[in-house]
Amino acid sequence: MATEPILEEAPILEEAAGQCVNAHGGAIGMPQLCPEWIPNQVFWLLVTLVVMFLILSRIALPRIGAVLAERKGTITNDLAAAEELKQKAQAAEKAYNDALAMARTEASKIVAAAKADIQKDLDAATARADVEISAKTAESEKKIAEIRAGALEAVDAVAKDTAEALVAHLGGKVDPAAVSAAVSARLKG
Amino acid sequence: MATGTEEHAAEGGLAIHPMDQFIVKPLFGDGPVHWYTPTNVTLWMGIAVVVLLGIFVLATRHRGIIPSRLQSVAELFYGFIYNMVEDVTGHEGAKFFPYIMTLFMFIFLANMLGLLPMSFTVTSHIAVTAVLALMVFLTVTLVGFYRKGLGFLSMFWVSSAPLVLRPVLAVIEVISYFVRPLSHSIRLGGNLMAGHAVIKVFAGFAGAMGIASVVPIIAIAGIYGLELLVAAVQAYVFTILTCVYLRDAVGEAHH
Repeated sequence: MATEPILEEAPILEEAAGQCVNAHGGAIGMPQLCPEWIPNQVFWLLVTLVVMFLILSRIALPRIGAVLAERKGTITNDLAAAEELKQKAQAAEKAYNDALAMARTEASKIVAAAKADIQKDLDAATARADVEISAKTAESEKKIAEIRAGALEAVDAVAKDTAEALVAHLGGKVDPAAVSAAVSARLKG
Repeated sequence: MATGTEEHAAEGGLAIHPMDQFIVKPLFGDGPVHWYTPTNVTLWMGIAVVVLLGIFVLATRHRGIIPSRLQSVAELFYGFIYNMVEDVTGHEGAKFFPYIMTLFMFIFLANMLGLLPMSFTVTSHIAVTAVLALMVFLTVTLVGFYRKGLGFLSMFWVSSAPLVLRPVLAVIEVISYFVRPLSHSIRLGGNLMAGHAVIKVFAGFAGAMGIASVVPIIAIAGIYGLELLVAAVQAYVFTILTCVYLRDAVGEAHH
């Protein structure tokens, strides 16, 4: 807020005082309507407008327009590039999935083949083992039969010998044929 | 002017001079104000030019695809005014974009700088706004006659109205056409002058009220916020009206 100038200053300010400013440097009426100042305002306004127009139309506006256009172009290009990359990524993903699926089928094929091979080997080995086992069994049975036959003969001989010894011991007369017949009859019975 | 002096004297003790802020003073010395004298008008218009250079030339010198803060401000102004010109005046009007941008930036910067304390508001002077409005008026009239010839006069002949009313409407239209520069300039100058004067009056109260001056100070803060809005809106209004008037000259008839 402008305070009132001290009265002593009034004579100095008198010079400046004119149609629109009183002796104290205050406004008389509306300064907007003061005709004294209008040429000055109009002149400087026109100077300012011309300067501003030149700055804007020669330097600033073409520059900003170019920047905006360039940015728009860059954004469009980047979007296109992004779209392309996205498609590439999708293709790569598809290729990967295809390869994966192919590898899976391949692997399951190999597994099946390996299983079949193993089964075949196993069957062959089993068959061989069976043959061997049955051969061994037959041999064993033969041996057992031999042993049994041998054992039965031995029993026969021992029985006859024992019977002869008993008869001889009891003081009888030993008739080997009769003893043998009698033992054989007993053993069969 | 005589009544003004009397009022001034009658105020007496309560020294409120809301109009003193609008006085045009020479920057150097106390001499008379000639048309070429550098005055506070020159100073504040020059500051507006400097700010314009800062925002529109200095801040955009890197031409960044990713803009700096100040560059994006310049781009914001550019986009705002460009879209306004193109939307209102049509594609034909786009060649007036630099001219309208100059008007907008001058008014906007002058209004905003005027809100700095101790500053001088050049757009609060009717001499300034009248020149701006007359420039628009002359541009519209000359461009209209240049582009449309006498067909430009058909805008006064409201062909959609009943035939009886058309002469009456034509008179009204012609009057309104010539009143345009007046309303165009007084709207801007009056708004700014009134707001600044009100702030000054409240400041005067604050000086005289002692402890109770809290009330006018709060009021000043509120009015200041409103004045910021007015400063931006009046620049916008002046510019969009310019576009609307220009549409009469370059666009297809809209009556």
